[in-house]
Amino acid sequence: MSVPSYVLISGPEQVIAERALASTLEAIREEEPDVEVVRLEGSLYEPGSLHVHTSPSLFGGRKAVVVRDLDEGNDALIEDLVAIVAQGSDAVLVVTHKSGTRGKKALDALKKAKVRIIEAPAIKSDRDKTAFVTNEFRSKGRKVAPEAVRALLEAVGKDLRELAQACQQLVDDTTGVIDAATVERYHGGKVEATGFRVADAAVAGEAAEALRLLRHALATGLDPVPIVAVLASQLRQVARVASAGRGRSADLAKQLGMAPWQVDRARAAARGWDGDRLGRAIQAVAAADFDVKGGGRDPVYAVERAVLEITRQRAGGAT
Amino acid sequence: MSVWRDVIGQEQAVTTLRDAVADRARMTHAWLLTGPPGSGRSTAARAFAAALLCPDGGCGTCHECHTVLDGSHADLTVMATQGLSIQVKDARELAQLAQHRPSVGAWRVIVIEDADRLTERAADALLKALEEPVERTVWLLCAPSVEDVIITIRSRSRHVRLRTPPVAAVAELLTRRDGIEPAMAEYAARAAQSHVGLARRLARDEGARGRRRDILRLAGRIRSLGDAMEAAANLAAIATQEQSASSAERDAAEKTRLLEQLGADPEARTQPPHIRSQVAALEKEQKTRATRFGRDVVDRSLVDLLSIYRDALVTQAGSPVELVNADLADEVRTLAGALSSEQLLLAMDAIGTARERIEANVPPLLALEAMAISLRLPR
Ligand SMILES: [Zn+2]
Repeated sequence: MSVPSYVLISGPEQVIAERALASTLEAIREEEPDVEVVRLEGSLYEPGSLHVHTSPSLFGGRKAVVVRDLDEGNDALIEDLVAIVAQGSDAVLVVTHKSGTRGKKALDALKKAKVRIIEAPAIKSDRDKTAFVTNEFRSKGRKVAPEAVRALLEAVGKDLRELAQACQQLVDDTTGVIDAATVERYHGGKVEATGFRVADAAVAGEAAEALRLLRHALATGLDPVPIVAVLASQLRQVARVASAGRGRSADLAKQLGMAPWQVDRARAAARGWDGDRLGRAIQAVAAADFDVKGGGRDPVYAVERAVLEITRQRAGGAT
Repeated sequence: MSVWRDVIGQEQAVTTLRDAVADRARMTHAWLLTGPPGSGRSTAARAFAAALLCPDGGCGTCHECHTVLDGSHADLTVMATQGLSIQVKDARELAQLAQHRPSVGAWRVIVIEDADRLTERAADALLKALEEPVERTVWLLCAPSVEDVIITIRSRSRHVRLRTPPVAAVAELLTRRDGIEPAMAEYAARAAQSHVGLARRLARDEGARGRRRDILRLAGRIRSLGDAMEAAANLAAIATQEQSASSAERDAAEKTRLLEQLGADPEARTQPPHIRSQVAALEKEQKTRATRFGRDVVDRSLVDLLSIYRDALVTQAGSPVELVNADLADEVRTLAGALSSEQLLLAMDAIGTARERIEANVPPLLALEAMAISLRLPR
């Protein structure tokens, strides 16, 4: 694939943007092994340097100029970019832009000049992260079970860079289909994962198991605050899925910004619940959140009581 | 015309302050003006300042009056903070300033608009100035209530309480001062429950009126658990929108200003460690402020929501009080018909609980969900 004169990597997700930059440079090197790569930072730009670096090299080789973070660039950079694009550049120009309207003039000029745009959209929702993880494995020729994706997201899903590294590690260290047990072996000890197990047991109405896991989590030093947050988010998913009615999981997932596996799981969990009991369970969690934030005397007791109340409501508990 | 004209619905407080201007024996060196948000604390403080500096005791037309009211008078200093707290550095500067004689007028007037945001150390820095009055310096401290002000400050100042002004007075002010149509002014004053600033925004901003109506209509629409979850998500989303829209530019400007003050190059990619730590502190404060602002927006929505349940209660009781939400009479009637008075009170409790929880750092979405679940109408 031949690289055009202008490439724009647009979007806030740094993991994706860095990869796009690396693969663009790689593609250039394939065509032009001796290419000289110059890197400029938007915010440190010195007037005129683009003109210097995009002019033909003395030795005749092609050059690639990378301008990082146009969105933090000073006015000189924007002016110089517009001028270079207007007069045409001998070098390949790769520009990254995270977000916002700063540098819009230069962006417009690039777009007019038929820039190749590579998107690096923010990956925030569980739905996006699921797609990201699945693709991480697929692009490396590996199969992954949906439960494994789920476990991975729960353990290291907060930070995309960490998630990407975890995927890479699993690809490097294991063979065959990546299943939940594999992920468990590598990341099961993470405190976040424990919180999810407590919530799963509580929402399923397994009081004894939920309490056992909770005591264990607290004994290993897990703070009650994130546990309550996980309880709330799990009940929220069940409530939203249960209220959304029938329909294909995939459609529902799109509509609710959830991953399809989350929809399926929430649906299964919803079978033992009705609106009133689910409502009371959510209210118990809100009360517990207030208590663990300092409203109550004993945060540990507050989260225990919430877990018990959830299981009691699941069992059909009357008010 | 007098400087007191825009201080509306505060006859008692105005009398006290005017007497102090007229009679030196009734004057003191530190005043604490308290009143609920929107009651006009800073307007009252400025009027008082003008009256003190005007040769005619606040004529409202002379050069002194004008320059005080627009904030440019040489002997007036107004400390208004956008931040979460007033820092010790600022307090020290004010305390120093207080030692100086006025340059042109009879008094040096120092107004602190958010005396409730003085940190303990900042309050300490002011204490000496308040304890040892300087002949011709007067302090005007404003806060929502006496309890919000650090006690040492409180005990060294004379307290004047402002009340919530009547709806008619707020409407009249909007019409006279801001040129708003009487009918719109009346609606906005009532809907904002006499909060002057909010009333003006409602009167001027169609979007704000729409958002308010959307919030109030939620009340009559929550029937199922799904409705409740959706209503909560909508309420939380409104706050997030206003929060991100308002803060981004100001945050960036503050950072640039800080770097300039520290003599650092704002364009530099990496800053030396001592500057980095100050930038980190600023960013932390900005984040706290954004969170607080978001919470304030939610809280304001909940005050609105509360008003429609109160209206329903008033309607049920058949009392001839004017409704806050006269423009949503149908919705008020629906609620009054669907819920018993006991249920209305429970709904109001649920809203109050949500406000408390959000104040205590419970994630707004969770607190709102629990509330909305309690607001479901019987099937
Ligand atoms: Zn005057």
